Amino acid sequence: MSATATVAPTPGTSRADEAAPIRITVKDLDFYYENGFQGLKHINLNFHDRQVTALIGPSGCGKSTLLRTFNRIYSVYPGQRAEGEILLDGRNILDPAIDLNELRARVGMVFQKPTPFPMSIYDNVAFGIRLYERLGRADLDARVEEALRKAALWDEVKDKLKQSGMGLSGGQQQRLCIARTVAQRPEVILFDEPTSALDPISTGRIEELIEQLRAEFTIAIVTHNMQQAARISQFTAFMYLGELIEFGPTTRMFMNPSKQQTQDYITGRFG
Amino acid sequence: MSNHIVTSYDTDLQNLRRSIAEMGGIAEKMMNEAATALVRRDSAQAQAVIAADQRLDALQREIEERAILLIARRQPMAIDLRETISAIRVSGDLERIGDLAKNIAKRAVAISDQVQPQKIVVGVQHMSELVQEQLKDVLDAYATQNVRAAHDVWERDGSIDALYTSLFRELLTYMMEDPRNISFCTHLLFCAKNVERIGDHTTNIAETIHYLATGENLPTDRPKNDRSSQTTVEPQAPAPPPPAA
Repeated sequence: MSATATVAPTPGTSRADEAAPIRITVKDLDFYYENGFQGLKHINLNFHDRQVTALIGPSGCGKSTLLRTFNRIYSVYPGQRAEGEILLDGRNILDPAIDLNELRARVGMVFQKPTPFPMSIYDNVAFGIRLYERLGRADLDARVEEALRKAALWDEVKDKLKQSGMGLSGGQQQRLCIARTVAQRPEVILFDEPTSALDPISTGRIEELIEQLRAEFTIAIVTHNMQQAARISQFTAFMYLGELIEFGPTTRMFMNPSKQQTQDYITGRFG
Repeated sequence: MSNHIVTSYDTDLQNLRRSIAEMGGIAEKMMNEAATALVRRDSAQAQAVIAADQRLDALQREIEERAILLIARRQPMAIDLRETISAIRVSGDLERIGDLAKNIAKRAVAISDQVQPQKIVVGVQHMSELVQEQLKDVLDAYATQNVRAAHDVWERDGSIDALYTSLFRELLTYMMEDPRNISFCTHLLFCAKNVERIGDHTTNIAETIHYLATGENLPTDRPKNDRSSQTTVEPQAPAPPPPAA
């Protein structure tokens, strides 16, 4: 066994584990909006288990569109369709026979703007669990606490669980939404610009949290903040005009990308 | 490479490049003039070299400060980050080259009034000419980001090391021939060592160019031919006492 294998990864500096099992495989994925516009073109990409993969690219490049195919949230808009395959643990989630509720329990999502429900902090977290499981009071309490702890929010809200989730600060609301997602014990968590509406301190807390969540979940994050992608992800995918331009370990992508387009984008030279 | 969306970012990087070019010019001139001052026993020229080092030191600090500010303000990525880090590294090497040239100049002043056969100085002169060429080539390679030219410099340093080892042996021999040579030859030996070190800094710059252009580091095991640390020259057996008159 090599000496380096026994060294625990330092949070925030962990290198990409290219040998990690593949959790999601995207094969020849095309995506069309209702007006016929092709938002994604022949995307082929793997997401490794318990690694954070950042999707970067200019506005309109398709990164959010790609994220939204993983839990088929696009299907709430009539006329939008995806072709190709997205294999989650070997099963194609684009298959019409897939139970969407089950899929969305397995693939959780956190949005740009915190979206707490107008109910208590406790009920915000319990809401998702109650949809899929019937638990006794004590079990439910334990699950809510577990989720709030994993979202690094428990200590701040444990004495006011009955208060409205809307009364929390923006950063706390975002962590509440993460707790709601985590409570369903998903396998994959999708983050769509989770910190772009937050101040630097709240952003730091969310980044720290994502690093912790990586121990348990496969994470995909869309971010416009290049430094954030460099800090928190192990893999980075650069997209442009609906195509995947380059994919690789984050350290290489930000120090020495192979493609000129990637270099131009990450160094701020894009026209 | 230019054309950032934020044009002042381009200006920042251009300023770094310009200051490195200025440092390179000064270091090269100092090195050339220090060697000339040594060969010609020209104290005035040596003093000029000593004075020039101030500007080099000031430029190095300026580059370092500006690079740090650039990192803090712009969070450079990829080629921009490598260029910023390279500027810090190269300015450090050039500053050291200036210090070593200054030390040669000081020694030139110290031995300027000693009359010694010119043939002893020729070896040091030859070695410094080779290093001057290396320095010129590496600075050109940096300005044009020419990795191939940088590699050539990197590989040629071995011949300078070999030359230094033979010079070391030669100077020891002169010292043994006549104790009156010791002071002069010791200064020359240090000058040769300084020249050899300037060669090492030159190869550091070549390595930085490789990193700047490719994002990767050259192997650490550059072939080295400096054997002076293992070199000794055995004194000959003492001459028999002169026959009694």
